[in-house]
Amino acid sequence: MSSLSSNPVQYNSASQPVRITLNGDPYDLDQPLSVQELLDRLNIDSRRVAVEHNKVIVKRAAFAATLVGDGDTVEIVNFVGGG
Amino acid sequence: MAIADAPFTIAGRTFKSRLIVGTGKYASHAVMAQAHAASGADMVTVAVRRVNISDRSRESLLDYIDTSRMFILPNTAGCYSTDEAVRTAMLGREAGLSNWVKLEVIGDERTLFPDNEALVEATRILVREGFVVLPYTSDDPIVCRKLEDAGAAAVMPLGAPIGSGLGIQNVNNIRIIREFSRVPVIVDAGVGTASDSTIAMELGADGVLMNTAIAGAQEPIAMAEAMKYAVMAGRLAYLAGRIPKKMYATASSPVEGLVGR
Repeated sequence: MSSLSSNPVQYNSASQPVRITLNGDPYDLDQPLSVQELLDRLNIDSRRVAVEHNKVIVKRAAFAATLVGDGDTVEIVNFVGGG
Repeated sequence: MAIADAPFTIAGRTFKSRLIVGTGKYASHAVMAQAHAASGADMVTVAVRRVNISDRSRESLLDYIDTSRMFILPNTAGCYSTDEAVRTAMLGREAGLSNWVKLEVIGDERTLFPDNEALVEATRILVREGFVVLPYTSDDPIVCRKLEDAGAAAVMPLGAPIGSGLGIQNVNNIRIIREFSRVPVIVDAGVGTASDSTIAMELGADGVLMNTAIAGAQEPIAMAEAMKYAVMAGRLAYLAGRIPKKMYATASSPVEGLVGR
């Protein structure tokens, strides 16, 4: 897996740099991605998480169709131990 | 059981066990899975948290929960406002397989006592959104009644502060809550050892929810088994109907026919 935390921004004529806020931290993408592509890139099993895009919950069926672009906020949560 | 018992049903769903257990604070997921099996519980609570983006190596909690046997109840632990709790409940519903939520709206960091005003409001909102809401509440019969009026599917009064292990602090309130309530009453939090669970059940609670008492025990798997029997014993004693308490002795053996009198 490539270094996820220090992801270099790619500057080229075809795409603008895309900076999102992912789980509270800045995160750079080469280009806008769908939620599903973002999860794949992060190596996250989409069946086990819930995703909020700009504070709106994204239904699992809409993961592939929902595009994450510059300035967007994404929250990805899962279940952890609790009482 | 030697006496007929009504099934433990919440919002139309029936559970085999009246013991509900948590998934937090275990030394390992493997120990948790064994403790769950020993407890006999068929409902477990989980928390909803951000995925760790930089470290994806950690194994998933769900790999250690047999979801064919266990019903998963997401909580809103750590939420301090109605908005946070509602948002977390919505995310839990998306991540999970059901519309159930253990609703927590905490009012204070040191005691983790609920903010009951916000709790009632969040219950109302989530019921409207189609959730089955099980609110963690103070051991206050009036708050429990308000939660029930707001549409809660059960009420979950605390026995003592979360993780304190102090046991049932206000026995009379739990009894009154049971008397008032038309929905299941689940004592949630405060249990320290098996007898605390038994007391809760003897008071008429329909179920007991715990995490730390099992996960934090020296031998969590053994404590889980102890809790299974404690809940069953308490339930059976409640159904059997205990004797009234009296100030003085009443002889168990005949008072006539004593030798040498």
